[in-house]
Amino acid sequence: MMAEAGLAALWLAAAMALLQLAGGLSLIGDGKLASLIRPAAMVQGALCVFSFCALIWLFWITDLSVLLVASNSHIDKPAIFKIAGTWGNHEGSMLLWVTVMALSGAAIALLEKRIDAKTLGATLGVQAVVSLGFFAFLLFSSNPFERLVPAPAQGAGLNPLLQDIGLAFHPPTLYIGYVGLSVAFSFAVGALLTRQVGPAFARAMRPWVLGAWIFLTLGITAGSYWAYYELGWGGWWFWDPVENASLMPWLAATALLHSVSVLATRNALRAWTIMLALVAFAMSMAGTFLVRSGVLTSVHSFAVDPERGAFILTLMLVYTGAAFVLFALRIGTVRQGEPFQLVSREGAIVANNIFLSVILGIVLIGTLYPLAAEALGDKISVGPPYFNKATVPIALLLMLALLLGPMLRWRRDEIARHKYWLVGFFAIILWSGVAVWQFAPGVGIFPTLGIAFALALAVASFVPLKGRNLLRTPLPIYGMVIAHFGLAVSVFGMASESGFSKESLTALSPGQSAQVAGWTVKLDDVNPAIGDNWVGIQGEMLANRGGKTFALHPQSRQFFQPEMQTSEAALLTRWNGQLYAVLAQPDERTGKWQVRLWWKPYVTFIWFGGALVALGGLIALLGRMLRRPRKPAKNNWASE
Amino acid sequence: MRQAFTILTLLVAAPVFAQGSGPIPELANQQLADPKKEAEATNLMHGLRCIQCQGQSIADSDAPMAATMRAEVRQQIAKGEKPETIRKWMIGRYGEWVSFEPEMKGSGLLLWAAPVLLLLVAVWMARGLFRRRA
Amino acid sequence: MTRPWLLWLPLAVIAFIGGLAIYGLLVPKDELVRSAMVGQKLPQFALAPATAGVQGLASSDMADGKPRLLNIFASWCIPCKAEAPHLETLKKAGVEIDAIAVRDRPEDVAVFLDQFGNPFRRIGADNEMAVQLMLGSSGVPETYVIGSDGKISYQHIGDIREEHVPMLLEKLAEAK
Repeated sequence: MMAEAGLAALWLAAAMALLQLAGGLSLIGDGKLASLIRPAAMVQGALCVFSFCALIWLFWITDLSVLLVASNSHIDKPAIFKIAGTWGNHEGSMLLWVTVMALSGAAIALLEKRIDAKTLGATLGVQAVVSLGFFAFLLFSSNPFERLVPAPAQGAGLNPLLQDIGLAFHPPTLYIGYVGLSVAFSFAVGALLTRQVGPAFARAMRPWVLGAWIFLTLGITAGSYWAYYELGWGGWWFWDPVENASLMPWLAATALLHSVSVLATRNALRAWTIMLALVAFAMSMAGTFLVRSGVLTSVHSFAVDPERGAFILTLMLVYTGAAFVLFALRIGTVRQGEPFQLVSREGAIVANNIFLSVILGIVLIGTLYPLAAEALGDKISVGPPYFNKATVPIALLLMLALLLGPMLRWRRDEIARHKYWLVGFFAIILWSGVAVWQFAPGVGIFPTLGIAFALALAVASFVPLKGRNLLRTPLPIYGMVIAHFGLAVSVFGMASESGFSKESLTALSPGQSAQVAGWTVKLDDVNPAIGDNWVGIQGEMLANRGGKTFALHPQSRQFFQPEMQTSEAALLTRWNGQLYAVLAQPDERTGKWQVRLWWKPYVTFIWFGGALVALGGLIALLGRMLRRPRKPAKNNWASE
Repeated sequence: MRQAFTILTLLVAAPVFAQGSGPIPELANQQLADPKKEAEATNLMHGLRCIQCQGQSIADSDAPMAATMRAEVRQQIAKGEKPETIRKWMIGRYGEWVSFEPEMKGSGLLLWAAPVLLLLVAVWMARGLFRRRA
Repeated sequence: MTRPWLLWLPLAVIAFIGGLAIYGLLVPKDELVRSAMVGQKLPQFALAPATAGVQGLASSDMADGKPRLLNIFASWCIPCKAEAPHLETLKKAGVEIDAIAVRDRPEDVAVFLDQFGNPFRRIGADNEMAVQLMLGSSGVPETYVIGSDGKISYQHIGDIREEHVPMLLEKLAEAK
């Protein structure tokens, strides 16, 4: 019964979306139905939540007469994975998507009081259109409540590897980010429709952009760490199409986050903000398409389905195509925003936007290039060497702009006013660059500059707090400071890892040891290990440095059903780095065990920094939500 | 996007294509004594694509062919070959596909020009914003 | 914004991406990595016998001016079993076939030959896949046509099916 109820709720929710759309459309005419918009959005949210809870319930009780449950769950699965199994598959994750989307719509309908009724109506109308596309996708091609007759005695079981707590949270994190961007898209199109592209609209859209951006930041950071410990070769970013697909919306959202602030406080960058909002949504759809359709070969692709890919592609082309047509037709009539000079906060944010957009462009071109080349009959690969060489210089320029940007005044400023800071930053860069070059010759130019710029940025990020009463400083300022500092921390980690990692590849017999970066790692023994659904071997290693000894237990696992082999790296985290140990297959010739060891200095800073960036976003978001600006924002830091 | 990186698991997990059994070539998992040469080799290995995997470099793969290719790279580097020569040698075996770094000619030209072109276009588009003096 | 055409640029970009994506969806992806050695001279190598009772294979063994097939197989490879009868057909048609066994054990090769027949003149053992790398080969099974000029004239990726037999005979005739 529950499955049918859930499905019925979903259909009703889709009907509500239709009603919401009708209300929005009526605004063009007499607006008679406009009063329907808000209630329809709220009821839609409630219905979707009910439907999602119904699916959770079905997974919880493992109702095997439901096809989705039978093919993804198992009676013996631990409870937490039963629940996570709800969205750990295509249908469930799409249901989560529409649920979050409907909840966002309900939240806007309930809480949004800053923009005029017409723009709000238009926004919700656009959101209804977007939702309807996903409802159609869900109901016609991915029905999560489909019954299986006859019901099997036990489920197929989730792929054992997917029974990871990370998997339970990583995909929904990215999805929520994408939904946030779709809300920003609806706001942008709504504002275009009513020509109300101004600060009020920007303030209404900003929390959604910020929220989406926080989730995307967390999703990418967590995904990178996951790749790092699961892959077993110590890499944390591979410029794989699927990674790029998640990076592109983040880049667009980051640019949007900054330009929307300019629009909210200074009423400038109107057209640009609108365009970024459309691009960010387009990128999230394009990313979903790339991952789902399997048109590009990826390390990570799995469960691809061209038909579903085609559906997502259609949605993307229809929505973004229509939005960009509207953009081209309408934006000319949107009055240009307030003027500003090159050297000003706005100017710095324009630089930020330019650099982020260029990086986005490079990633997009590099990701699609092999496909384009294939269409022309060429088989080529575009990978890390290209992406690193092409994007890192731009990213370094972005960091330079970031040193000075946050301390500039709005509208106009003089470089001369900040010359002491500039000299100071330059001194830090020079000093640390020379130091790296002196003590570690042969480290590439990128890691050297990365470390130098990161140190300067770490200092620069706190400058906006100078001269402030720290107790009365608005939370968004703290958010900005923490996020910028987090970026410095993360870049420091990346540069340090890529410039200073030490590697030791050896083959050891039990009792032998290997050295890496001052660590002596002894392979004591190799024992069999057994898990629920795998058998394997476990290395008993002892890592010693400076008289302290730590035990490490890397494993090599052989799963059955489905059959696969994984290596579970053992990580030893110190404050200044990580020791990364992998036990691989025995060497047939000598019978010794292959052991791979890395010392990765400050590598954890990469993800710690990423988490700080997200935390900064969260603090800024809290600040915005706790202190709703009732009066026009003042021309000061608070409005950043 | 649902499985973004997470699928990595599955990759390592690469379907155990039966891959037979045989000795792993000597230099596949053994570093060169000269750290400078090893660094050159590692750098090159990160830029060569594994033939038997889904888009990993030979430096990040457990596939037997990746091991053979790593051994080849190290051998040739040890013999004093330039990384660029070895990359060309690999391309001579498997075509451009094997290199993660497209040539700066022909169809690759546009790819390498992209960053500069994009930057120019972006600056040109932004130029209008500053024109009016406040 | 005084440049109205510029406003259409994002739409053009999206349209281009869309076109590319549609192409990607409609045209089946060519996953095969082809050897770039086709048209090149067979590289120099010398391999030990893959099992007792067969002869090893060196590149010089294939330089007698006759066109021939070079089959790359392994006892652990399932499609290799499927193609065995068709190799037999080719042999009966008078084709000389040499082979390379990849990452295999002598005893396994012996069992394989026992079960599926031995259409091969010589079988070299490529335990480290070194010769595979030289040939630009990406997996098993693969079959190369070696021309009478000692050049690789064709690479067949995957198992040989019945319909491939006449095609290979034709390639061999061309490679004379």
